[in-house]
Order: sequence, then structure tokens, then C-alpha cells
Amino acid sequence: MIEIDAVERRYDGVAVLSEVTLSLPKGGLTAIIGPNGAGKSTLLSVMGRLQKPDAGRVTLQGLELSRASGREVAKKLALLRQDNHTAARLTVRDLVGFGRYPHSRGNPGPEDHAQVTRALATLGLEPLADRFLDQLSGGQRQRAHIAMVLAQDTDCILLDEPLNNLDISHAVRIITLVRDAARQMGKTVVVVLHDINMAAAHCDRIVVMKGGRVLRHGTPAELMQAEFLSEVYETPITVHELAGRLVAVY
Amino acid sequence: MPQPRSPRPRHASLLQPGPVARLLFPFAVLLTLAMGVASLFVGVSHVSPSLIWAEGGSGPATEVLFTSRLPRTLALALAGAGLALAGLVLQVLVRNRFVEPSTVGTTESASLGILLVMLLAPGLPLPARMAVAAAFGLAGTALFLLVLRAVPQRSALMVPLIGLLLSGVIGAVTTFIAYRTDMLQSLGAWSTGDFSVVLQGRYELLWIVAGLVLVTALFADQITVAGLGRDMAIGLGVNHRAIRALGLVLVALLSAAVIVTVGIVPFLGLVVPNVVSLLKGDNLRRTLPLVCLSGAALVMACDIVGRLVVRPYEMPIGLTMGIVGSAAFLWLLTRRRANVA
Ligand SMILES: Nc1ncnc2c1ncn2[C@@H]1O[C@H](COP(=O)(O)OP(=O)(O)O)[C@@H](O)[C@H]1O
Ligand SMILES: [Mg+2]
Repeated sequence: MIEIDAVERRYDGVAVLSEVTLSLPKGGLTAIIGPNGAGKSTLLSVMGRLQKPDAGRVTLQGLELSRASGREVAKKLALLRQDNHTAARLTVRDLVGFGRYPHSRGNPGPEDHAQVTRALATLGLEPLADRFLDQLSGGQRQRAHIAMVLAQDTDCILLDEPLNNLDISHAVRIITLVRDAARQMGKTVVVVLHDINMAAAHCDRIVVMKGGRVLRHGTPAELMQAEFLSEVYETPITVHELAGRLVAVY
Repeated sequence: MPQPRSPRPRHASLLQPGPVARLLFPFAVLLTLAMGVASLFVGVSHVSPSLIWAEGGSGPATEVLFTSRLPRTLALALAGAGLALAGLVLQVLVRNRFVEPSTVGTTESASLGILLVMLLAPGLPLPARMAVAAAFGLAGTALFLLVLRAVPQRSALMVPLIGLLLSGVIGAVTTFIAYRTDMLQSLGAWSTGDFSVVLQGRYELLWIVAGLVLVTALFADQITVAGLGRDMAIGLGVNHRAIRALGLVLVALLSAAVIVTVGIVPFLGLVVPNVVSLLKGDNLRRTLPLVCLSGAALVMACDIVGRLVVRPYEMPIGLTMGIVGSAAFLWLLTRRRANVA
């Protein structure tokens, strides 16, 4: 589905991504974890064609991102960035509606309206649908942006720290939601997460990054190892089995 | 499906997309029509529907109506709509509420272009003059964006400040050239917005504004998406660069069309889009008609006031607009504190 082939990205000569090679099969929820500055957001930006890699390439369903038409890619891939400070005074419904833009090109049909209604309902945004974004709390705004990405209805979804600003109930709801989308609707979802336990509990695969490199990737069971995680985060971490789950304690 | 009512914050009831916002459009239509009719019949020489009826379609009153009042009213409406729209597009694309063509260098650069035409090719027909003005305006806006990129922006107010500085420099160059070539007086004469000189045969270029409004409407969604930022635009498959370029060309053409026909009308592009944004948000598809209508109505209102206050003389529109505009701008500053950018 997504092939990342020897991608490099430098800022002012400093390598932020080096030799990143990853292959994400269709369907499933992949978490990217790693300490701050590991290059997670940069990798997601490159995967979402917001940045061009300095070397290497990214292909999506056989389509090379840097060559493909922006409009075609927008029908296959949706991306939520880490910080969404949309300054525009749009209503929540309008913002979510713009998620349909790649499909409707400004002429929304019944399918588009249905998708918007569904996305609003899924994120519990109906009571806020006619509010302006600048009248929402950070968490509500985050949910509005996630709803927009869902309305885009793409095979591939990239979310950079989507659980930021969210309370426990909404965080669990959203991670469950994207997991179901991945498992039941065959979508390929990549999320950057801070919470290792969230990643271990809900994701099919975990990619661990540090210093611009992918250290390891595998199933949660393969990666939830105390020694490895302690090394990655440079903090003592122990892993325990609790209620049938692997839980990291730090 | 019944929609649950949203809990609305007390202080923001007017700013909510509620009943007030829904009535805005019909209200704006009525207001614009009322101003249009008033503008036809207010002035030094007496023109009224009954007089024209009595003349039976030919006579001095009818003559005044068709050669002066009607062109003037149309020019006011077109210029008002065009400048308000230019302000709107600029604010959306620059993502700053405090910009308008005259605070980012577009207007001053266009004026410089017109002065150069007057000096070097005085015989150039009006459309060609407008094209030169638009080209200069576009170059000025591009220069502004370049400077903006080079300067770290710590606050939303930095943006118009940089723009005003740049406008000042370009304006100084224009004044200097005009001074050295003895054109200072005529520069002042045509650059001050004035609708009293509009007559049949001298405003028709402004109809370009109507075409530009239509083009903007066609791209409304894409401009709104571009206003959400580069990353958001790319994510939604909108060519951010191309739309930004198109928007800036539209702004330059709109400004140039107004400047070459009636001169500079300040504040309009700032005030109207801001008020509409507060009431109705930033979705261009929804706000564009409202911005154009309100711009037209406001310019007509200011012009009518200018005709009435010092009868039988006239106050130039720049003065009335300046008073109304600066008052409105101060109100906006206090209103916009929370979400300036
Ligand atoms: N625009 C930029 N200019 C220079 N350096 C940057 C820029 N963006 C990110 N970086 C650097 O790249 C590294 C990786 O950043 P990022 O991908 O945001 O990390 P993460 O999301 O894993 O916390 C960091 O060291 C950061 O300082
Ligand atoms: Mg990050």
C-alpha cells in the first residue's frame, strides 16, 4: 500500500530522516512512536507529500507521490497535521464539508452530505456543527479536524498525534474508531502516538523511531520489551502484563 | 433528523450562525437597492421619479438621470463591490484580517504605474492604463509577500505594519517622481477617490469588476481552502500556489479597475470583509455575495452623505469613507483581539 524507500530529509544540512525504508501493507493500524524530535512528524509529512524527500521516494498504491496529481492523491490519502491552528472562521460543518472537496470539487451531492453527517456523528460533533472553529476548545477543534479527515474517506489516513488535547473518553473513542476503520473497512491508518500503552493496546504494528531512523518495527508483543524501550526513551521503563495487555510503566 | 440546539456562549449570540446571520443576505440586498435608488435621486439638480414622469422620458431631469446619476450610481456600486472583494480575497490568502489593497502596497504600486503611464505614454487608452496599473499592483503585492516571508512574524499586527511601511516607500517614490515632473497636482487630483466626475462614457471600464466577481465566485471554494494554509490545501488536492497567484491577480485587477476610473477609496477593503467575517464567518462561498453587496451599499451611503452634508458642494468619498472606516476599524480592533490572525 505505502512503500517508503530509502527516504532522506535534511534541514539546513542536518539529517532529520536517514535511510527510512518501510513497507506498510493494506489495512491495519500502525503506530509510530519515539521521543521528541525523532522525525515522526517529518516522516508523516513526507508520506503525505507536504514535504519532498531529499532522497528516496514514497509510493502509494504504486503511485509515486512526487509525480502524482495532487487531486488524485487527495482521493486516496488524508492527513492530519500535529498542530491545526486553522485561523479561518469556518463552522465545524463547513470544515468537515471541505474534507469532501477532493471528491465533490465544490458540487456536493447526496453521498458527500451523507459522509459529512456520518463524520460529524462519529465524532459526537452534532451539537457543535454550526459553531465557528474559534468558539471551540482545543479538544473540540481537534475532533473537528479528525472528522474532516474521516469525511475525506480515503484508503490511507495519516494522523499526527490525533489524541493531543483529548480527554480519556474521546481519546479511547477515536483510537477505537480508527482501529475499526482499519480492521473492518480495510483502511491503512498510520498514527503518531505519544502514549506507548495506547499504541500497544490498539495498534497492529508499531514503528519505533529515534534520531531520524526507524529503529525497529513489528507487532506490539515484539516491541514491548523493557530493555528496548528504556534505551529508546533513555528512561527506566518496565513492562508488565495487566488485564491481558502489555503495559509499560515509567 | 432534529438537530440538538448548540449551547451558545452568552457573549457571542450575534456572532453565531443563527437567525441574525440568516437574515443578513436579504437585508443586504434591500439595503443595496435602497441606496441605489437614493443615489439616483439625491443631488444638486432636482431629479425625482415624478419629474421624470412629467417630462415623459426626455427633458433636463431625464438627461441628468441617464448621463450623470445612473453612471455615478453604477460606478459606486461596482467600485464598492470590487474593493470589498479585493480586501476579502487578500485577507483570506494572506491569512491576516488587517490587510487590504492599500495596506500591502497594491494600491500605491498601481498609482506609480499610472503616473508612469501619464508621463511616458499619455495617449494610452483607459484599458491599457488599467493593465499597466494592475501589473504594477501585482508586482507591489508580490514584493510585499517576499518581504513578509523574510521577516519573522511575531504578531498579526506585524503584517499590516510591514505593508504600510512598504506602501509608504512606494508612495514616496511616486510623490518624488511627480514632484520632479510637475505632476504633483494632477497626481493628487486623480488619486483621491471622487465619484462626482463620473459621467456616461467614463466609468464603463468598471464593468470589468462584475466579470472579476464572477471569476472569484467560480474559485470561491478553492480560495477558501487555500486560506486554510498550504498543508491543508495540498491535503485536499488544491493547487495552493496556483490559487494564491490567481487570487493576487484578481486583487490587482480589481484595485486597478477602481483606481483608474475613480481613484483611491480607503478602508473599504478592510472594514467590509471584517464585519462580514465576524457575522458570517470565512467560507467564501457564503460570504462573497454579502461582501460585494455590503461594499456597494457602504460606498453608495458614504457618497450620498458626502452629497448632502455640504450642499451644494460635495465632500469627496475619501473623506466620508475615512471617517466611517477608521471608526469601524477601531471597533474591529477591540472586537478582534482574541482571534487576530
Ligand atoms: N522546519 C524545520 N526546520 C529545521 N528543523 C526542523 C524543522 N522541522 C523539524 N525540524 C527538526 O527535525 C527534527 C524532527 O522533527 P519532527 O519530525 O517534528 O519530530 P517529532 O515529530 O518526532 O517530534 C527535530 O530535531 C526538529 O528540530
Ligand atoms: Mg511531531
